[in-house]
Amino acid sequence: MSTTIARSLLRTRHASARLMSTGASQRTALYELHKAHGAKFGPFAGWDMPLVYADQGALDSHLHTRKHASIFDVSHMLQTRIVGKDRHRFLEHLVVADLKELPVGGATLSLFTNSNGGIEDDTIITQQRDSLYVVSNAGCADKDLAHLLKHVKIFQDQGADVEVLKIDDHSLIALQGPMSQKALERLVGVDLSQMPFMTGQVMDIKGVPCHVARSGYTGEDGFELSIPTGEAVSITQALLENPHVKLAGLGARDSLRLEAGLCLYGSDIDSTTTPIEANLVWTIGKRRRAEGGFIGADVILEQIANKGGARRRVGLVIEGAPARAHAKVLSAEGEEIGEITSGVPAPSLGKNIAMAYVKKGFNKKDTALKVQVRNRVQDATVVKMPFVPAGYHKV
Amino acid sequence: MALRILSKSFLSQRLATPIRHYATKKYTSSHEWIEINKDVATIGITDYAQNALGDVVYVEVPEVGARVEFDETVGVVESVKSTSDIYSPLTGEITAANSDVVKNTKLINRSPEKDGWLFKVKFEDQEEVNALLDEADYKKLTESDH
Repeated sequence: MSTTIARSLLRTRHASARLMSTGASQRTALYELHKAHGAKFGPFAGWDMPLVYADQGALDSHLHTRKHASIFDVSHMLQTRIVGKDRHRFLEHLVVADLKELPVGGATLSLFTNSNGGIEDDTIITQQRDSLYVVSNAGCADKDLAHLLKHVKIFQDQGADVEVLKIDDHSLIALQGPMSQKALERLVGVDLSQMPFMTGQVMDIKGVPCHVARSGYTGEDGFELSIPTGEAVSITQALLENPHVKLAGLGARDSLRLEAGLCLYGSDIDSTTTPIEANLVWTIGKRRRAEGGFIGADVILEQIANKGGARRRVGLVIEGAPARAHAKVLSAEGEEIGEITSGVPAPSLGKNIAMAYVKKGFNKKDTALKVQVRNRVQDATVVKMPFVPAGYHKV
Repeated sequence: MALRILSKSFLSQRLATPIRHYATKKYTSSHEWIEINKDVATIGITDYAQNALGDVVYVEVPEVGARVEFDETVGVVESVKSTSDIYSPLTGEITAANSDVVKNTKLINRSPEKDGWLFKVKFEDQEEVNALLDEADYKKLTESDH
């Protein structure tokens, strides 16, 4: 929603705060295409992004993605490439992944950490033959790039052979949903049934070399396509020729990812949450847990060893009215023990779901808790995530 | 013959007369419509509001019999992404609340200004009514809001 509408509309209390704009907005290569499809735009991380399109509301778009396929324009995200002989050693200083063990073509979710053991961003890193391909959040683009450039200079000054390159000439779009494989196969002319989830490779889409990763942010099978910007519109239009494929905006994107139990940086994880608190210790490679060598490793490894950290991220199902970010979480006895970080009435479930941080000890599955919504206290239960079973492709 | 013609023209004359609306429709800057009928006002959110909100998934309406003050929060309309409080534009007593809309939230998107009505207030202060926006002013507001 535009800032004006959000301000005056029923004095809306909880349109996502992230939609409030500051300063001049950037536009992706697909802006006119979105407009042509009747997109309603909203500001996000300094970009004018489509929230929803004329043909269907956010709810139907969400459901369409789980049943058919949707295209999300995610060109606002930061794409970088790290090259040079010492690229693994360099990037391992900044992230928790085991980059030496990651096979060529393999992709992994990882975390940029800070010296307090907190998380500066989450990211997907793909091992390419001579480089590392890194995709991170639009909301952290400036911060991440500055962080990479600051540290690469330190490494270079010490004689390391490594460079950080910002990818400015490719647009990123995400094709997500059970019909994604069929939709993409038509344009690549290759059988994709043997392409595993969390792998990436360069492939010709309609004759144009693109980086194709089998990954996404919806819990469904899907692909993230890094396309030379000049071809982004034509390839998107070609995909849309398939009647099962529809454009989808940020509205559906958020409800899909929350149902899939995926964190949103800035809401569910931030610079104060440690991997153990965020329940993301699995992203830290075994060798990294033994050796450390990443920023904040001392704090993080100590927390892992001593089961430290005061809080834990959990999934909740809540009775009654939907609970949103910042709603208080109470124990069954009514003691305040935590806070919701993301909450949504889940379109695929017909239930209210949320992520929250609660005091350690209240995080076991099936724990009965309460959530404060306006002037009422509603029952809630801790559940394991994902809330909706994943549809990831199995080879 | 003359009688029939007379009846016919009389009938068509009656049908041609526009039916007078004894209800007045007013608006608030927070996109609520208020239909006044004697001393009872029916209130809901406008088409403009439901369009901006998107699919409505949850609704709370006030209790029948409750006393409400001007600008008091009396309910809520929620979409997947947002929560919008509903404020009473008038002081008085809640005489009815739409339970259909609570069960079938899609009514608000489909028929926001008719079947999607939220509640009725028996109001006390004509000044509060006079302060509400008329249709022309509300239209101006929505046109400038882009």
